[in-house]
Amino acid sequence: MANNALIKDFEALLGPENVFSSEADRQSYSYDSAVLAPVVPTLVVRPTTTEQLGQCVKKLYDNGIPMTVRGAGTNLSGGVIPDVPDTVVILTNGLNRILEINENDLYAVVEPGVITAQFAAAVEKRRLFYPPDPGSQSVSTIGGNIAENAGGLRGLKYGVTKDYVMGVEFFDATGEVVKSGSRTVKCVTGYNLAGMLTQSEGTLGVISRAILKLVPPPKASKALMAVFDDMQKAAEAVAGIIAAHVVPCTLEFLDNNTIVRVDDFTHAGLPRDAAAILLIEVDGHPAQVADDAEAVERVLRTTGATTVHVARDAAEKTKLWEARRMALPVLARARPTTILEDATVPRSQIPAMMKVVTDIAAKYRVEVGTFGHAGDGNLHPTFLCDKRDADEFARVEAAIDEMFETAISLHGTLSGEHGIGTAKAKWMEKETSRGTILFSQRLRRALDPKGLLNPTKLVSIR
Amino acid sequence: MSDLHTLAQRLMALDDRLAACMRCGLCQSVCPMFGATMKEADVARGKLALVNNLAHELICDPQAVAGKLDRCLLCGSCEAACPSGVKITEIFFEAREVVNAYLGLHPLKKMIFRFLLPRPELFNLSVRVGAPLQRLVLRRNHDVQETSCAPMLSFMLGKRHVRPLAARPLSALTGPLDEPRPEGGLKVAFYPGCMGDKLYVDMAQACLAVLRHHKVAVFLPEGLACCGMPALASGDAEGMLRQISVNLPVLRGDFDYLVTPCPTCTKTIASLWPRYAQRLGTLEREATARLAEKTLDITAFLVDVLKVEAPSDGEGSLAVTYHDSCHLSKGLGIRSQPRTLIKASRPCRLVEMNEADRCCGCGGSFNLSHYDLSRRIGQRKRDNIVESGAAVVAAACPACMMQLEDVLSQNHDAVSVRHPVQLYAQHLGLGGGPAA
Repeated sequence: MANNALIKDFEALLGPENVFSSEADRQSYSYDSAVLAPVVPTLVVRPTTTEQLGQCVKKLYDNGIPMTVRGAGTNLSGGVIPDVPDTVVILTNGLNRILEINENDLYAVVEPGVITAQFAAAVEKRRLFYPPDPGSQSVSTIGGNIAENAGGLRGLKYGVTKDYVMGVEFFDATGEVVKSGSRTVKCVTGYNLAGMLTQSEGTLGVISRAILKLVPPPKASKALMAVFDDMQKAAEAVAGIIAAHVVPCTLEFLDNNTIVRVDDFTHAGLPRDAAAILLIEVDGHPAQVADDAEAVERVLRTTGATTVHVARDAAEKTKLWEARRMALPVLARARPTTILEDATVPRSQIPAMMKVVTDIAAKYRVEVGTFGHAGDGNLHPTFLCDKRDADEFARVEAAIDEMFETAISLHGTLSGEHGIGTAKAKWMEKETSRGTILFSQRLRRALDPKGLLNPTKLVSIR
Repeated sequence: MSDLHTLAQRLMALDDRLAACMRCGLCQSVCPMFGATMKEADVARGKLALVNNLAHELICDPQAVAGKLDRCLLCGSCEAACPSGVKITEIFFEAREVVNAYLGLHPLKKMIFRFLLPRPELFNLSVRVGAPLQRLVLRRNHDVQETSCAPMLSFMLGKRHVRPLAARPLSALTGPLDEPRPEGGLKVAFYPGCMGDKLYVDMAQACLAVLRHHKVAVFLPEGLACCGMPALASGDAEGMLRQISVNLPVLRGDFDYLVTPCPTCTKTIASLWPRYAQRLGTLEREATARLAEKTLDITAFLVDVLKVEAPSDGEGSLAVTYHDSCHLSKGLGIRSQPRTLIKASRPCRLVEMNEADRCCGCGGSFNLSHYDLSRRIGQRKRDNIVESGAAVVAAACPACMMQLEDVLSQNHDAVSVRHPVQLYAQHLGLGGGPAA
């Protein structure tokens, strides 16, 4: 636990109700959603104003205390697990104000603790659209989304969080405020530090405010589902849809293992012998949606889909999506431990990647169900195990290692959207280069000479 | 239990169920406690982590863990939304039991759960002695909710605005009932629950009047005790078992359904009695299993069994909004039936509020021990009710009704609170509706 003087200091600054020093409270900030060992922080503080946030950072820097910034704690790569036991966790959920939604200039200004889904709903009320929709959006924060460059189902057409960050204000390691970007579409004033902070996983600065781009919402949408008896045909369908110059807003797939498990659970009558199900949604102007849906249906039929369903109304659309919505919940119920990976490959390599995942599962005798974003090659091979079984868990870890090797050899990437954190740090050099690691470390040391901002994440400087 | 190691070993019985939590944190979006405090130790993920740490001897402060476990309404919102299907409330009941056995049950709670509640005659007597004395201390608030406050009892009631206890409990008003089953008709056992028997007697009477209207014979035996939920929620499974043991022989009779106007009682009898009766004898196990099959919420009985339907024509003039009680909606999956009942009741017109299925913050005994938090959670519900523009809010749960009356009265809102069955009874001309 932190020394009393420091606790008193923070209590004077933030009020005792925003400083958590008891063992029980600190233990509840020792983990995130990654399957990694917890580390209990020495103290947890919750600033409720931007000024307080800056003062917290400065105080910790002056005292040489490592800090980890935490939003909702949904990170899947260990990004908000404290690095060392003397870490202080800074919570952002006291900074949850939407400061502005500008309908004329199509932007919003928010504090870092604003919850993604609540922000999207507030934007929707003003008849605008904030597309990034990570799986944890009902609880995740915008600050965390920016720090991890969170993706989601709409990545193929609408892009990911970084495509909506127009500007960021942040505190550097010493507590100085840094501003980058603006409320304008164009802004080339200074370095693109907002871009640098995006995806920085809490290692370069502490985000205090963000300017986000908004877009007009699509006026119509249509959903289709197709069943394939062969993964290769499903991949050809995906390629065919893109080649027909249709960019669906979502293009998801489920593998056989996931289909069977979902059907076991829901008794929805899914095709249990299917190799893959594709779920496709097109959106935009009603006339274009009708054209696109027709084009997609044509591609699905010519590439050999065994059945194609087109949702006629909202109720049918909800029903089509049910299988995809249930994918993770059903897989998560199968075994105690669920390791959700996000290896990503160029979409043409999906069949090769899926074959490797299946082979690896057999080789290491582990259970894997795969679903994911077929349109952008972002797969979610989900390893089902019991981490309390040391032998099984070792096989799972070996299988995951081999899967990463393959993803990299197929010109893919370790992580499409979950981040590196500590979970995948050891693979960084393999995908990039020695120089990349050294460059990143020199950058970090220059900006954070004491090495206090999430020091062991991404590329460790400890 | 003498030492922490033994405590940890007992908690290890939960290990498999605890391991199912994948720490996704999605419970944050639905937890009423987290909504009020935004503290991780107040949400299911945080509490499960602490119970896990206590079981694995990573924390040696059971008092602190008990304190965190106590900051929970047991509403089950997290469990209903949990992607990995963790049996959260089951874990919490058992963890509270183990930790409280180690720390010792508060003597007052012990007296209430083990001595008073298993003795309905004594419980009734204490209420009948207390009810007339209320006049001396209660001050009427002159609000549409007909609540009172008790400045002289503020050490006990705080600043609550509450319904006074009924002058006579339902059981004293009606006496024991064992009506003959009509030819080819139905007979139900009516379990009013403590609040239906002693506080919302008008609501319980409306239930009986509606049953009579539909020519359903009623079995209302003498000597019904509490269902045991307050005891179990306080970690006193022993107290609950005693109450089950009192109720089982009393509920022996020939009836088709056991209906209650209290979803907490329904849920407890239908799913917790059979589970906890495993600790009793074979006879009790069989009896609870038989009862569980027959137990139904009264709105579900009226709509699903008696086929009460909402007319398809016209819209009523009285705007009524509906609050989904947690134990009814998330616990029993009953959402449409109370709404059907409201729509079937002239002159009611159902208007949905935002977040209708978000917890009102009562949580039964949670309200007694954490009134400040209960009020903060209740305020959000109040805001949604008022925003709906309804003149009446219906809730099919006496505990929710009490909480809604308190928050609405405290805010000086002219919105009255009714059980859907009361609205239906008024529609049938049986009284019990809101003063028009």
